[in-house]
Amino acid sequence: MTAYLLKRLAIGLVTLVAASVVVFAVLEIVPGDPARLMLGMNATPDAVAALREQLGLDQPVLWRYLAWAGGLLTLDFGRSYTYSSPVIDLIAERTAVSLPLALIALLLTTAIAIPVGLFAAARRGRATDAVAMGLSQLGVAVPNFWFALLLVYVFAVWLRLVPAGGFPGWSAGAWPALKALVLPAVALALPQAAILARVTRSALLEVLGEDYIRTARAKGLPRSYVLRRHALRNALIPVLTIIGLQFAFLLAGTIIIENVFYLPGLGRLVFQAITQRDLIVVEGVVMLLVAVVVLVNLLVDLSYALVDPRLRART
Amino acid sequence: MKAWKILVAAAVLGMASASTAALAARTDIVVGVVLEPPHLDPTAGAAAAIDEVVYANVFEGLTRITDRGEVAPALAESWTVSDDGKVYTFKLHTGVKFHDGTDFGADDVKFTLDRARAADSTNANKGIFEVIDTVEAVDPATVKVTLKHSEGLFLYNMGLGDAVIVAPESAAGNKEKPVGTGPFKFQNWARGSSITLVKADGYWGDPVALDRIEFRVIPDAAAAVPALLSGDVQAFPNAPVGDALDQLKADPDLKVVIGTTEGETLLSINNKKPPFDKLAVRQAIASAIDRKAVIDAASNGLGQPIGSHMSPSNPAYVDLTGVYPHDIEKAKAYLKEAGLENGFSATLKLPPVAYARDGGQVIASELREIGINLEIIPVEWADWLSKVFTDKDYDLTIVSHTEANDIDIYSRPGYYFQYENPQFNKLMQELSVTDDEAKRKDILVEAQKILAHDVPAVFLFELPKIGVWNAKVEGMWENSPIQANDMTKVKWAD
Repeated sequence: MTAYLLKRLAIGLVTLVAASVVVFAVLEIVPGDPARLMLGMNATPDAVAALREQLGLDQPVLWRYLAWAGGLLTLDFGRSYTYSSPVIDLIAERTAVSLPLALIALLLTTAIAIPVGLFAAARRGRATDAVAMGLSQLGVAVPNFWFALLLVYVFAVWLRLVPAGGFPGWSAGAWPALKALVLPAVALALPQAAILARVTRSALLEVLGEDYIRTARAKGLPRSYVLRRHALRNALIPVLTIIGLQFAFLLAGTIIIENVFYLPGLGRLVFQAITQRDLIVVEGVVMLLVAVVVLVNLLVDLSYALVDPRLRART
Repeated sequence: MKAWKILVAAAVLGMASASTAALAARTDIVVGVVLEPPHLDPTAGAAAAIDEVVYANVFEGLTRITDRGEVAPALAESWTVSDDGKVYTFKLHTGVKFHDGTDFGADDVKFTLDRARAADSTNANKGIFEVIDTVEAVDPATVKVTLKHSEGLFLYNMGLGDAVIVAPESAAGNKEKPVGTGPFKFQNWARGSSITLVKADGYWGDPVALDRIEFRVIPDAAAAVPALLSGDVQAFPNAPVGDALDQLKADPDLKVVIGTTEGETLLSINNKKPPFDKLAVRQAIASAIDRKAVIDAASNGLGQPIGSHMSPSNPAYVDLTGVYPHDIEKAKAYLKEAGLENGFSATLKLPPVAYARDGGQVIASELREIGINLEIIPVEWADWLSKVFTDKDYDLTIVSHTEANDIDIYSRPGYYFQYENPQFNKLMQELSVTDDEAKRKDILVEAQKILAHDVPAVFLFELPKIGVWNAKVEGMWENSPIQANDMTKVKWAD
């Protein structure tokens, strides 16, 4: 178990270092001068040169990489070119929106998907299974920005139950903040739930074909008991893998939903930073996301050990 | 307490609360903006998004630009100009304080102007300060500015966001916490979300009606429309409405106001790159384009057609849209004249704005009719600024030039049009040293005509401003002579 863990950790660290090189190199190649972009079309060349010097963009590439990577080790992500505030502060502000949103969406996803998957697998081939899977097909196919807009028009414009968008900040109180996250979380969760329900169903069906299930049924255990105790537990590994991937996606891959609800999340921060060539912010956020993915994968690996005693016993 | 006293007290209280309820119109407003400003210092960045929050609200200049695009006194209550037009003596308002409590005076003006023209200045509009020779604080309420030569636009330029007065005590922190002299002071910036201003105590000028303004960042048309319909946002001065204009117009709670801007939208041409160096080729392109079709696609049919580089709302505007009317046969004839009757291929680089992307499609199909095949290349702004604007690596592009009074760009050496016309340059030279209004107008009319005939760019239309706000909100700017959201006259009707 310890060796397994150490190996996973080492792979994670190598991934992080490789990512830092790739991210930095790619952003070096992308055309566009941050200083010119900030000063616009009327700027005189010497004003642009002065700003480049202020931002440190006149330094050699290698030196800039080392300064930046060195800073990362001490959690110093540098200062945003455009916002001129520390990158770590920007990331913290956005995470305060993105992390709760991702968690709520993930919770909703699992709460919908696991029962639907179980239900469909138990009634395999029957009409109810077809209906459940048909609905999940629809959930995957519906564009999520369209679904999000539908929610906005029904619940914000028509019923006026929740705001049409925006985020009041946690300082405005937990309830108004949560209220602002309800619709985006639902819009995010639906397609994810549809995917997860299908994965759950097919994982269950595979397990249900195993000999030990027949044995369990043969010794007289009730169908529902076998489904929950024997089948679901063994089907959890692919399900957990997908949940891990979905969390990483929900944390920053939600730019479209963030735009529809104009939420100040990580996705919009990185998108805005790319278009404004605020390279240091892009680098910081991408590194953070790489770290999150590495961490989530590590946790998923660990949770395999929890559901699978054989992995726990191995040392 | 006797019963009658209680009764009177209750009656008085009741009346008081009733009357405040009746008199108290709303004093807060949420204003939608499409782009979040990168920071809040208008003297250190070009982003219009900065001025859209702080201009006239937080920061003030010596002069200010009104909603009609005229110059009015601001921190300078009056001024005199020497006969040779070189020495401006500004008399400043007294008793003005910055929001941090420090006094405003001649020293702040000198500091501001010297800072903007210093070698290490990052003022995005540094060019307008180059004409200044010396700035002298004569006494706390008098500033004398001596110019290198007379400059017709000097007072106008001093009213721009780039020239607002900042204090040496706070200038360094203005990007994050702007400190100005305006009627509203900065309160809070929830990055990515909103910027809040509140009424400043002891403002020196006309009192304002609003207590609180929240500028909320809504980047997407799909989000802006429901935000307006649900009442979450009560004003959107530059609303990205997409196709929902009629839906908004139909809502009785909302008012839709179509105004003008200073945005000349052009099909810019690389004048030095063959075959565009031939006048006949540029004439052919101009004749092949039907402005109305472009306007319909690029601006919901709302833009005003232009025939030269001047806003129709400018007093010096002349209608030159008839110089090259839409005429396919004529266009083909021009191409033949250039020896290119079989047409040619070129690229059209489009920045990520709706007017360019939508207008570009129409222009490409119109030019195909005369045998010019355009390859459309969508580019990002950063890419556009470095490749097209700075390196001049392009054939054709579509962009709106939103600065006011910017006809001189066609005379700037190294500007991305790569257009050179000594006669035009001479006119611009003359214009810059002329301050007589009538003479300026004559020069501007002449300059417009030269451009209209020479086609350094195809002049398409003036970018419209689509403002949407609650029907009870009064005092919003209907037009945008400069890119600003001056909220000083805004109030709620009872």
